[in-house]
Amino acid sequence: MTQYMFLIYGDEAAFGDEPPTPEMWQEMMQAHLVFQEGVNSNGGRVLGGEALAPTTAATTVRPSREGDALVTDGPFAETKEALGGYYLVEAEDLDRALAFAKTVPTTGCVEVRPVVPTAPDQ
Amino acid sequence: MTPAPAEDGRAAQVDAAVSAAHADSWARVVAAAARASGGNLTQAEDAASEAFLQALQTWGSRGVPRDPAAWLIRTAHRKVVDQQRREATLRRKLPVLATTDAAPREDAVDIDALTALDDRLRLVFTCCHPALAMQSRVALTLRLVGGLTTAEIAAGMLVSDAALAARITRAKRKIETAKIPYRVPPESELVDRLDGVLTVIHLISTTGHTAPAGGALRRSDLADRALDLSAMLAVLLPDEPEVLGLLALLELTEARAPARVDAEGAPVLLSDQDRARWDADRIAAGLQWLDRARQRLGPDRAAGRFLLQAGIAAAHADADTFADTDWSAIVALYDRLLERWPSPVVALNRAVAIAFRDGPSLGLAAIDEVAGDARLARYHYVPAARADLLRRLGRRAAARQEYRRALALVDNDAERRFLQRRLDSLADDVGDTPVTGSHQP
Repeated sequence: MTQYMFLIYGDEAAFGDEPPTPEMWQEMMQAHLVFQEGVNSNGGRVLGGEALAPTTAATTVRPSREGDALVTDGPFAETKEALGGYYLVEAEDLDRALAFAKTVPTTGCVEVRPVVPTAPDQ
Repeated sequence: MTPAPAEDGRAAQVDAAVSAAHADSWARVVAAAARASGGNLTQAEDAASEAFLQALQTWGSRGVPRDPAAWLIRTAHRKVVDQQRREATLRRKLPVLATTDAAPREDAVDIDALTALDDRLRLVFTCCHPALAMQSRVALTLRLVGGLTTAEIAAGMLVSDAALAARITRAKRKIETAKIPYRVPPESELVDRLDGVLTVIHLISTTGHTAPAGGALRRSDLADRALDLSAMLAVLLPDEPEVLGLLALLELTEARAPARVDAEGAPVLLSDQDRARWDADRIAAGLQWLDRARQRLGPDRAAGRFLLQAGIAAAHADADTFADTDWSAIVALYDRLLERWPSPVVALNRAVAIAFRDGPSLGLAAIDEVAGDARLARYHYVPAARADLLRRLGRRAAARQEYRRALALVDNDAERRFLQRRLDSLADDVGDTPVTGSHQP
């Protein structure tokens, strides 16, 4: 089994300025529950995952020439599609991982990255 | 000291035997080694290369084995097993135990246990996995399945040896790190994934037939290897219409190759080709594959894009002269192709077929309908096709302008010479209707 990080990128503007209504939120959560059950009952395992607050809430710490870190407002890179959430999923191989990634409830993109195994028994 | 003639002859014999085995069995040896290594393609490639190297030495001293492929597969297999043993030992941090380097006994391992019919298929599907960049798929397939050296592939793809080697290394590393599975996809994904494999082979063939850049029009290494790969797939998946369709298409395309360039290497248009120079045997073979492919179609299996393209190639092959070409049938095939494969290039080819069916004026109108597609903006065949139709209409000034546009976009030297010659043949003419701004000083 290999661990894959699903990085979910979407267009934040699609949500508009208003935070989602409780109904919308519940609908999204329900869709994500369905996704997680789908993974868990098809030979994979969801090890973790969270939604992230929009990039308007992001702060980036980057190295500065003077040596001390520079703190700037905003995400690491200003792009139309921003990282909006992630899952950590265990799957047999990339084909299975990609099959799971296709079921993530999002209108955006899902980048699938293998996690480098660092645990001593791996 | 020069070797005795007998020894010389023997060395040549061994060389020939190893070359023949390489052409014949490289993919099988890599595939068997990959199976032994659990899908580690780096290990498999190294083991296969070492096995062929060892064949050069061992066959020289002990003679060429009765079944060279079996010998190579056993040797490559043993090299993988040795390598894994060494790695396992290293991991246990124990001293390395002596590993035997003796040649394997002919009967040491049952050859059937080392290979399976679908091993080469697994290899192809892994090399053509959609998670790899298209250029990497092409390079990996040519290296691991086609057996071309990195230098040969680099020459074919017009990149430096170092860049090509790095691309292959990166691709193999991604296969390992991302765990791209070494297997034939399940039935539910087969048709989709197969299309990806056929696309890679078709791309190798088109790169071989009309090199995107460089001096010569055709690079036979790539075109030949695409045919080999396609024939191999037809053996492994004999009931897939698209597999047989691609083989038919490649045979029919290859059949025309001798007539496609003139003595100076410039391309000759289909209308001007000497059809006596077409390879009749290849045409017959292509038509047979096409027939077999069509027999495998059914209500739930419509003709795919390779079969439809083969149908178009067959319609050309069927015509004794250019004037005999059944353009209505060809336009109808393009209509179906466009439905299956809505590509602007297909639409352009359809427009050209319309020009031959309905005349250049309607052809120009058909080209205008598709030429606005942004994906065609830098495609030199658009102005080249317009130029040819304008020339046929006697609108020489407008034709010249389009030839100049095409010349500005083309990268292949042979095609450039052709376009320049066409432009020159129109040059000293005053022009038909004066077109503002088209007059060259």
